[in-house]
Amino acid sequence: MIALLASLVEQHAAGGTDGRVVVYRVSLFVASLLFLVGLRMLTNPETARRGMQMAVLGMVLGVLGTLVHRDIVNYWWIIGGLVVGTVVGVPMGLLIPMTKMPERIALSHAGGGLAVALVGIGEYLEGHPQQHGSFAMGAVSFEVLMGAITFTGSLMAFGKLAEILPGKPMTFKGQNAMNFILLAGALVVLIALTIHPGLSAVFYGLVGLALFLGISLVLPIGGADMPVVICLLNSYAGLAASASGFALDNNVLIICGALDGGSGFILALIMSKAMNRSFANVIFGAFGSDATAAAGGGGKGGSVREGTVEDAAELLKIAQSVIIVPGYGMAVAQAQHATRDLASALAANGTNVKYAIHPVAGRMPGHMNVLLAEANVPYDQLYELDAINDEFERTDVSIVVGANDVVNPAAKTSPGSPIFGMPILNVDKSKAVIVLKRSMKPGFAGIENELFVLPQTMMVFGDAKATLGKITAAMKGTGH
Amino acid sequence: MTIDHILAGLYVFSLAAFLGYQIISKVPQLLHTPLMAFTNAISGISLVASLLIAGRKSDSLLIPILGAVAVASATINVVGGFVITDRMLKMFKKKEAQK
Repeated sequence: MIALLASLVEQHAAGGTDGRVVVYRVSLFVASLLFLVGLRMLTNPETARRGMQMAVLGMVLGVLGTLVHRDIVNYWWIIGGLVVGTVVGVPMGLLIPMTKMPERIALSHAGGGLAVALVGIGEYLEGHPQQHGSFAMGAVSFEVLMGAITFTGSLMAFGKLAEILPGKPMTFKGQNAMNFILLAGALVVLIALTIHPGLSAVFYGLVGLALFLGISLVLPIGGADMPVVICLLNSYAGLAASASGFALDNNVLIICGALDGGSGFILALIMSKAMNRSFANVIFGAFGSDATAAAGGGGKGGSVREGTVEDAAELLKIAQSVIIVPGYGMAVAQAQHATRDLASALAANGTNVKYAIHPVAGRMPGHMNVLLAEANVPYDQLYELDAINDEFERTDVSIVVGANDVVNPAAKTSPGSPIFGMPILNVDKSKAVIVLKRSMKPGFAGIENELFVLPQTMMVFGDAKATLGKITAAMKGTGH
Repeated sequence: MTIDHILAGLYVFSLAAFLGYQIISKVPQLLHTPLMAFTNAISGISLVASLLIAGRKSDSLLIPILGAVAVASATINVVGGFVITDRMLKMFKKKEAQK
């Protein structure tokens, strides 16, 4: 490898090309390969960590290869940026709690979008795309548009997830029409720039428009739909990076952008499919606003049976099989360790315990899996929707920890319900159900849940973490 | 920019997108959060473009400053993204491995 590189450098040096250009190009090529191999290894939990190390190696190679580029003459700004980025990035990576992962992913998309948009603006200021023709100019404009939308859109998503901003959709009359007009306007501006690249006022107008669009597009989307939004923003960030690759004639950027964009898009598809909704409905539907809440309707006419922790413990002691269904409430209450403790107590009692993970449980794809992994739950006990749904009818007790819409039978039985048609976990089929919940308030979709009034359902109100702890103690306390 | 350049870029993009689609569809739901953190980290490769903006000879001060901010944001993603991906992947264990 090194010998090959050396010979390439020599050849080019002889031919008059700067050898450093070869080092730069080859290192980016090798980095691209390492990223692809790393991603491939991420498909299996056994090899995932090594795959990540491949990608780290690729990144180091890419950066070192670029630093020898002959165009780089001033290292001070670079060192400053690298130092600041590392000083902020490492502690953020090490200290952020697993329950805050959706927020951290949203923030990192904002950072990615910002970086790409700034690269585009920098290129424009230097006058490169203007010289390289309309395609390069179109690529830079697209890069800046998507980068800026990702930047402010992700900050909005972060605000909603962190509950700095209200999680409910914020809507007003004519909002969708306004967004469509703004989007169309952005496209017109983009085309105009490919024809007249020199119109710098128009270029900066596009930046401003994109920043505003990011805010106004995410404004009407509710907190529970953030998984789809995060994935879409991920995809935009990728497309922006790819566009910058086109503008700079840099293949590693095109490749990584395509991978990032592709992964965001696929995850968004999986998420919206798991909610039985289209992208358009998620983005423009203002789901969970007052209008849809009123349409819920179901769940009336039954009464809720409330149980104590002792009742729950008694029920669990005689259970042969238990399925635990975690939801966003488990993340909010940070109850993953308490959940695992109860599962251990059950296992010690000879009960067969499994976990059922709905694809949209939580606020991002795979959210529940990460939390349970943090609590040391082995991943072979975690089951996806299709793998476990037939087992509920043979299960003695299902424990619902802070999940709501993903276990609402209205999705199967009430054609009028806004979640009708969404695939749900068949918790209602199990012989008994214990629901841990803070209060009777409906979930984020704002819909009543028929599960709570079924005769076999017992509601235990209170903080999930505290309740789980008490149930575990009650189970152990009296022995068996 | 010639048509050959543009087409070469489109080849690379199409093949990468296709390959990415094939690979990513195989990532199990279990690993979707680490997948997002991972792709986030590698898309921080835009760092290489930021490095060029920040380090090039330039008459205006604005360009290297923009470049430095871009370098810092991309670095946060790269470094933080890898640290966090590793933290998550370390936690995923099978039952036998635990005891």
